[in-house]
Parts: sequence; structure tokens; C-alpha cells
Amino acid sequence: MELLIVFAVVLAVVAFVGMPLRGRARGLDPDAAARAELADLQAAKEAKYQEIRDAELDQRTGKLSRADHQLLDAELRTEAIALLKRIDALRARSDAAHTEAAEAESVTSPPAVG
Amino acid sequence: MATVGRALLIVAFAVALYGVGASLYGAFRGGHAWVDSGRRAVYALAGVLTLAFAIMEIAFLRSDFSFNVVATHSSTTTPTFYKATAAWSSQEGSLLLWVWLLSIWSSLALLITRRRVREVAPVATAVLMTFGAFFLMLTLFWANPFESLAQVPQEGTGLNPLLRHPAMMFHPPMLYSGYTLFSIPFAFAIGALVTRRLNAEWIVSTRRFALGAWLCLGIGIVLGARWSYTELGWGGYWAWDPVENASLLPWLTGTAFIHSIMIQERRGMLKVWNASLVLATGTLAILGTFLVRSGILDSIHAFGASTLGIPFLILIGAMVLGSVGLVTWRRADLRSEHQLDSLFSREAVFLLQNLILVALAFVVWWGTFFPLISEAVTGTRASVGPPWFDKYTVPLAFALVALSGIGPLIPWRRLTMASVRRGFVLPGAAALLTVLALLLVPGAWQEPKAAAFAGVVAFVLTSVGQELWRGMRARQASAREPAPVALAGVVRRNRRRYGGYVVHAGFAVLLLGVAVSSSFQHAKDVTLRPGQTARVDGFDIRYVRATARAEAEKISLGAVLDVSKDGKQVATLRTTRGFYPSQDISQGIVGRFFGGERESEVGLRAGFGRDIWTVIAPDLAPLTPIIERGNRTFRTAMVGIMSKPDGDQQQAVAQLYALRDAAVTAVARRWVTSPWPADFRFIVSPLATWIWIGAIITFLGGLLALWPAPATARRRVTAGYAARVARELARTTQ
Repeated sequence: MELLIVFAVVLAVVAFVGMPLRGRARGLDPDAAARAELADLQAAKEAKYQEIRDAELDQRTGKLSRADHQLLDAELRTEAIALLKRIDALRARSDAAHTEAAEAESVTSPPAVG
Repeated sequence: MATVGRALLIVAFAVALYGVGASLYGAFRGGHAWVDSGRRAVYALAGVLTLAFAIMEIAFLRSDFSFNVVATHSSTTTPTFYKATAAWSSQEGSLLLWVWLLSIWSSLALLITRRRVREVAPVATAVLMTFGAFFLMLTLFWANPFESLAQVPQEGTGLNPLLRHPAMMFHPPMLYSGYTLFSIPFAFAIGALVTRRLNAEWIVSTRRFALGAWLCLGIGIVLGARWSYTELGWGGYWAWDPVENASLLPWLTGTAFIHSIMIQERRGMLKVWNASLVLATGTLAILGTFLVRSGILDSIHAFGASTLGIPFLILIGAMVLGSVGLVTWRRADLRSEHQLDSLFSREAVFLLQNLILVALAFVVWWGTFFPLISEAVTGTRASVGPPWFDKYTVPLAFALVALSGIGPLIPWRRLTMASVRRGFVLPGAAALLTVLALLLVPGAWQEPKAAAFAGVVAFVLTSVGQELWRGMRARQASAREPAPVALAGVVRRNRRRYGGYVVHAGFAVLLLGVAVSSSFQHAKDVTLRPGQTARVDGFDIRYVRATARAEAEKISLGAVLDVSKDGKQVATLRTTRGFYPSQDISQGIVGRFFGGERESEVGLRAGFGRDIWTVIAPDLAPLTPIIERGNRTFRTAMVGIMSKPDGDQQQAVAQLYALRDAAVTAVARRWVTSPWPADFRFIVSPLATWIWIGAIITFLGGLLALWPAPATARRRVTAGYAARVARELARTTQ
């Protein structure tokens, strides 16, 4: 009985852990670096939005004067815009690379025989 | 089932090793399928270890003494509640608990981040599984909880009486949750350093785990302090014991980390500092685990001498060298993206607070390891006591509390004179008024440090109250809501900010309790007969009567005390000393019932103003001649029974045991029928209860900060700012 339990556990573990390896092999992701950079920028953008929100709350709770807040808010918005531009540029680069790769694939692939 | 348990540990060890290999191969060569498989190995590890842990728990609950760990740490007379907790009173069981919790928290972290930090996660998985493999190696080869006994004993040794306390049910799991949760940001930091993804994403993905670790470790520390206060019978809650200090170290550096990551998230600054802090915190968490188990430092909380020290030292050495090497190797990638705008900004306050926390951690580390350091340098082991720790930690804690009040008043990036006037006037006035009011309290100025501390705490509480009030008013102005709804609304939308403020307030209250209760404490050791009275800090404490109870589990000798002040009854206190039976038969048939482990039940009257605490230490010397006579009588009777034929022996032994139980009860009753003087310790501590109230406030604040904002609200807020910035973007590109 004890042996049976251990055997069942081993079988279940091997099946569960090995499942991704049984499908079609997926190699290293060529877009990994771009995706990681995008994720970093998205995180930075969210943090910037949080900063804008915090500055607004600081102004509403009296920690920042209206003038100081306007100055800081403009600074933060400029930084947020810079981040959005970088995100757009990265997306555009990534899209262009995908289009190029798709075109190259269509050129090298043999024509379908109908 | 011990065989199944042992086999499961082997399976778990193999799964952990596979997880390390598959994750690293997937990260650098094999691709996603291997990474996915490595992540699944963590889930599988959690499943296998859950089964193993369940087997151990069932063995404890069923008092299955074929398990060595059950026979040596539990007994049939142990209450069910404590049978369940006895599992982690042993070296073996606690190691299994550690690695089980690691597998659970790692699974949760990897499940949550499965679509994020894709480059960092495989390396982090490998690090987490390395920890898992290390602890499983210890359970397999050094301290196996599934070791079985060839000869199964009828009865177990029983749980250490000192551990029979409700706080002990949760203290170790909370501490280990703290330690294992800190492994997660540690592992992700290693992953970020190796893959050079050192921006904010890994921090955003793991900050909740860092906060969760801080919360669990903090709760664990406070539960340990509460246990010490109500169980150990010395009247204190913190003794600067090496094991207590070991848990405080990662908590201090972890506190610094959860503050300074906010600066990296917002400004891309302090990357070297944050990486170093989280790596130090992860290493200190393992150091804490090592100190409890190695026996290198004397502590009431340690498991005693063991052979686990060497493998732990190798792991800690690898963690320290690896961390220093990685940070040095990646120093170019860890450069700050911005500079500090002003020395008078919230960032600067955070930085100063970080330095104080690290200084505190260094003081605690130095004092804890001083016996080893002094032995290495001079050949003589010398240790430092509470006065040494107090000398350095009190001023640092004072500065820390002051900064926790200043921080919320200062905006990010820069502070102007106008905002100083707006923010600091009220808290400053509250601090001044508190100190002036204390002038009127007789005796308060005998302890100027405590009075100054009270002033700083008033500053912190007023600054937090002011922030909540202003937030509520701002919300009322914009949303036109009633005050309670507006307050709840502003807190709900800014949980991290206001949760942090509540933590600051709670921590200030906690430290006020510590400062006042230790500065103005009155303690007295007296010997009293029933009817006699002692006077402590104006309270008359009368020893009313002795109490005795003989049970299968223990014999309790105690006292009922009446506390009054100026003729008015204030409280009735009950304190007992429990004597557990010893397994050592050389102490005699009667004597062994008084010769085992002992524990104290404290008599405590806790109040908002002061705690009145007492403990009894009955002297058993007057009982010794009676116990010895009983031993002789029963030994002679037993010899007589042994000479009888087998059939009569069993019945005679049963009769003898019934007589023995009656004799033991009668001996214990002499404490009541012919009472003799007993030693008492009385302590009157003002504001001691506020330590626990402060801790509860602190942890509620932590929970508030940890609680995720509702997804829809978060999306709405983000969308609002995104639209605003997008409009701005459109204008700038026209």
C-alpha cells in the first residue's frame, strides 16, 4: 500500500512537471529583451502616474502650495510623456521587426501547390 | 506511514534539484518549455511537501510513537491543541515546516508573476529551489522527521512545558513565513542582477512579498515577546537574547528595504542600496535560522547543539560572497537615473531613516555576535547585556520614531518653508504641550528620556492624525461625502500611503509602551505566608490562600492574591507553578512527579494605565522528606509485587498505581493544608499594555498597505492619468 502511494505521487509529479516538455518545443524567445524592456517601461509609467496622484494628494492635503504643485506636476507630466514616447517607439520597432520577419518568411517559403 | 514520509522527502529533494536545473537550462539555453517545467516543479514541490507535512501532523495528533520525533516531543497527555504545534518544537519538524512554507510562498510568487518578469523569474526559481534543496538535504541527512523507532514506547516524553502557550501555536509559523517570504525578493534580486533587468519591474512584482515578510516576521517577533512576558516568569518581553536578535535583524533591514524601494520605483535611484539591502535581508533570514539550530550561541530559544552548523555556514558564506560579487559585477547597471532634488524632501528622510535602521541592525548584529568575535580575538568568550544594547539602540530608536512623524509631513522631491509652516505647527505644538504637561506629573522628570520620548510620540500621532484629517477634508471637498465615508474613501484609494502612516502611529505607540514601562517599572521579590501583604508602587498585594491541583499532565502549586490600593480592591491575581513528571525513574516513584520540567502561569492584571504582574516560585524543600518516604514505601511495595505470580502481578500493579496517584495528590495538597512561605515576584509596569496595542495597530496598518486596491478602481485611476498624460502628449507633438 505504502509503495503504491509513493508510486502514484512520483507518477503524478513526473506527469505534471514534464507536461510543458511534451508539447512542441519552444526555443528561446527572440523578443524577450524587447518585451522585458517594455515591461520595465510600463512599470516606470505606472510609478510615474502614482507620483502624479501623490503630488495631487499632497497639494489637496496642504503639503504643496498650488504654485509648487503646478511646477512639480508639469515636471512629472514631462517625465510621463517621455516614458510614453519610449513605449511607443519600442512598440513601433517591435512591430516593424515582426513585419520584416513575416515578409522574409513569405519570401523564403515555397509557394503552396494548389 | 513513516516510510511514505521518507520517500516523499526523497521525491521532494529530486524535484527541487530538477527545478534548479530546468529553470537555469530554460533561462540560458532551452527556452520556455524548460522554464515552465521548472516553475511547475515548484508547484509540485509544494504539493509533495504538503503531503509530507500532513503525514507528520497526523502522526502527532494520533500520538504515533513509532515516529521518533513524536515520541520525543509529544505524549498522550499533551492537549490536542499542543499536539498539533509540537511538530515544530523539534529540530526535524521545524525544518520541514520551513521548507514547506518556502514551497508554498514560492509557488504563490511564481503563480502571480507568471506573465511578468519573464527573464528574471527563471533565475529566481532556481534560487528558491536551491534553498528548497538545501533544507530538504538537511531533513534527509541530518534531521529526518520520519525517522522511526524499532521499539515503540508506550508513552512519549511530552512537549516542553514552556512551549505550551497559545502564542507558540503561531510564533514559529509566523517567523518562518517571514524568513521564507524574504527569500522571494532575495531570489528575484539575484535574478534581476544576473539578467541585468534592474529597473522597477522586479521590485513592483515582489514588493508585496517583502511587505508580507515584514508583517509575518513582525507578528512572529511580537508573539515571541508576548510569550516571554506571560510564560517565562521573569517579567520581561525582550532580553536581547541571540535568537530574539536574529529575528530582529532581517526585520530591521527589511523595514529599510520596503521604504527605499519606493524611491527606486519613482525615481530610479538607490539601486545599489536596494539590491544590497534585499540581499542582506535574505542572508540575515538564513542567519536567523542558523542561529536557532547551530547551538553556537547560548539561548533559551535555540534547539541546542547540533551538527547543522557547517552546512548552514557554507550556505551563508555562498550567499554573502555571491551577493557581494553580483553587486560589484553589475555596479555599472545599478547607477542611479536621477539625483536627490533636495536634502529637505521625503526621499532624503527615507534615506536618513534607512541609515538609522541599518545602524540599528549593525548594533544588534555586533552585540549578538560579540561572544564569538571576542573569543576569536582574545580567546575569551565575553558577552554584552541589555545595558549595552540600550545605550546604542535607545537614541537610534528615538531618531527613528521622530523621522516616522516627519516623513508623512514632507512632500516628495522638495520641501518649502510654506509647507513646513502648514505641516509642522500642530504636531510640534502637540509635542511641546505633552512635554510641558509631563512637568506636572510627579516623578516624570526623573526619567527625562521617557518624557522626551512621549513628546516625540505625540508629534508622530498628531502628524498622522493631521494627515488623515486633511485627506478626509480634501475628499469631502471633492466628493461631498459625509466624514466617515470620505475618510474610508481616501484611505481605500491610497492604501499604501495611509497604511504606512497607521504603521508609523502604531510603532510610536509600541515604543512609548516600551519606554514608559521600562523607565517607570517597579519590581519587588518577596517571600510571603498566606495572609501577609507586600507593598509595590502604592499597591497592597495580599497572599490570600494557596492552591494545588494534581492532574495526569502536571501538578500545579499556586496562590490567590488580592490587590488593593488605598483600601479599594483592584484585582484578584492567580499564579501557579506547574511541575511536569520526569521520565527519569531514578527520581523515585513519587519523586518523579515533582522532578520534571517546570513552567509558570503568570498572574496578570492588564490595564490601559498599568499592568500588575506576579509569579510564584514555590520551594519544594519542605516536601522532600515526605516524597522520599513515599519513594521508599512504594519501592518496597513494588518489590513485593514482583515476587507474586504473573496473574496477580497486573492487578497488584494497577492497585499500587492508584495508591501512588492518591499519594502524589496528598503530597501536593500539603501545599494547601500546611502552607509554608512562598517566593513571589511582583512587577507594576505603567503603559505596558500599549506595547501590544501598538503592535496590533502596526500590523493592521501593514495589512492595510498590503491589501490590493480593487482592480476596477486601480484601472479607473490609471486610465484617468493615462488620458491626461496622453492629451498632454498630443499637445506636445502637434
